[in-house]
Amino acid sequence: MKSLKIAAVVASVFAATAAYAQALIKIDGSSTVFPVTEAVAEDFQKAKKGSVRVTVGISGTGGGFKKFCRGETDISDASRPILKKEMEDCAKAGIKYVELPVAFDALTVVVNPKNSFINQLTVAELKKMWEPAAQGKILKWKDVNPAWPDAPLKLFGPGADSGTFDYFTEAINGKSKSSRGDFTASEDDNVLVQGVSRDNNALGFFGFAYYDENKGKLKAVQIVNPKGKAVTPSIDAVMAGEYEPLARPIFIYVSAKSMDKPEVREFVEFYLKEGGKLAKEVKYVPLGAADYKHALDNFSKKKTGTAFGGEAEVGVKVSDLLKRNPKE
Amino acid sequence: MLKPADLAAIRAIITRAKRWDLFFSLLGILSLMVGVLTFTVLFVDMAIQGVPRLSMDFFTSFPSRRAEHAGILSAWVGTVLVMLVTALSAVPLGVAAGVYLEEYAPKNWITDIIEINISNLAGIPSIVYGLLALGLFVYYFGFGQSVLSAGLTLALLILPVIIVATREAIRAIPQSIHEGSYACGATTWQTVSDHILPYSSAGILTGVIIGMARAIGETAPIITIGALTFIAFLPTAPFSGDPPAGLFDWIFAPFTVMPIQMFNWTSRPEAAFSINAAAAGFVLVFMTLAMNGLAIYVRYRLRKNIKW
Repeated sequence: MKSLKIAAVVASVFAATAAYAQALIKIDGSSTVFPVTEAVAEDFQKAKKGSVRVTVGISGTGGGFKKFCRGETDISDASRPILKKEMEDCAKAGIKYVELPVAFDALTVVVNPKNSFINQLTVAELKKMWEPAAQGKILKWKDVNPAWPDAPLKLFGPGADSGTFDYFTEAINGKSKSSRGDFTASEDDNVLVQGVSRDNNALGFFGFAYYDENKGKLKAVQIVNPKGKAVTPSIDAVMAGEYEPLARPIFIYVSAKSMDKPEVREFVEFYLKEGGKLAKEVKYVPLGAADYKHALDNFSKKKTGTAFGGEAEVGVKVSDLLKRNPKE
Repeated sequence: MLKPADLAAIRAIITRAKRWDLFFSLLGILSLMVGVLTFTVLFVDMAIQGVPRLSMDFFTSFPSRRAEHAGILSAWVGTVLVMLVTALSAVPLGVAAGVYLEEYAPKNWITDIIEINISNLAGIPSIVYGLLALGLFVYYFGFGQSVLSAGLTLALLILPVIIVATREAIRAIPQSIHEGSYACGATTWQTVSDHILPYSSAGILTGVIIGMARAIGETAPIITIGALTFIAFLPTAPFSGDPPAGLFDWIFAPFTVMPIQMFNWTSRPEAAFSINAAAAGFVLVFMTLAMNGLAIYVRYRLRKNIKW
């Protein structure tokens, strides 16, 4: 008798769960994109007065795509375009998606404020410091440029699992993940901020938001863009397209299946309308107004696939990306 | 008859021995202080940063991009619910296993192997439990990224601690009680339920609390099974909402816990978030201390009832 009762309770628990469903949008992925998505999710839930629930996780871009391609999430945050392997996984599971750029992040190269000889750097100089061949050889500032002092060169950067590292190595060394290994790496950008601010001979790189919050402790280095102009990282410089090649677009990927749910459609539309303003608030760089409109257009036309074809690319304009015919 | 010279020699030996006594007691205090002082410094530092941030709003607000509006509502509710599932599953299993090994299990090599394995389990890194749980609970059993999966994962993690504590507590009961009970013709179960369990409950409770205190701070396995970072709603309470939720619907709800909320806040660029993290840390330590306090009180009450 007793066991029958327990069985009944257990059965009712599962039955109730199946029947009980409130509108829920599941998002996971990059921790770089997280602040923007969090801000959008927060305001969206307020605008809907709690009738729609949104959850955001930080499994990383790669971890996010794994769940996304298993059909577990509606939207995936990504700080880099989807890769070939991930495209195959998604295709195998029959998951189609729309790729939408939502903002820029400006990778910022910083030195200690006491460093008086570095104001600007070229890509070639950065490459000399960071390329795999520099390992064990380029140990002093004068090894990079003889005009610089005979002081140890202390390098700080994000760990190899981060999309920031991938993009920086791609932009500077020409190949994603190819870098010297003898630098201080940390997944926590605040550790890098501390490291550079305490060491007069340090140089490091991370996302713009971390520089902006710690302006008093760090000195941002101007980067000489392909046109030969030295540009200080700033929201305006990125929006004007001058901060190259270290400005990178960040993306959300929306599952085509989830687009049938009205709350997901509404959320993405809200994202593309309010995202620019909210991105600026959390110290990311918004896209141009026309780009958001174009992205919204691509979304409503359900243009599935990626504009990159599984390859990383540096220095593409978002407006050109959005015009491309996406591949699946 | 002792000569004065011998007496002096004996006194010298005694002084030397006492010197060692003093030396060791100083060394002991020093060792103790390493732990206690480190904790005190960390805790005071966290309290100085975090306590001014504590207010009713901090406990009743959801996370937010604005540090001053962000709160720990979803985190502390998540932690309480996960701990509830952990306690409800780990305590019965752990105690039953401990009692079986002490009172029922035949003494042979299979039992020996089981015993060695239980001790080893306590030393396995928690991330391994997270990976196991991801495959088993989240995907195979289909519990999803839910309070239930997290609670069961942490239950697995603390099971060895509870089993070992249960066995130690049972061994502390005088053999005469066992034998007295059997001599009166009691069966093993009668002995266990009337004598062993009541007398060992204080010790078992200590083990349970040590285990729970470990589980409450775990981050790695919980992140592995997919706890969330931003979640601005609570699991639906039983029989509320529309349509009304079932009694146990909350165990399938998505969730976050205190350590994850803290971790996320410390990695933010804005300094205001690290103050939030310190405040959340203070609350977490306070939760652990409250749990320990409760255990000490209950143990005291239970001990009072035992008369040997």
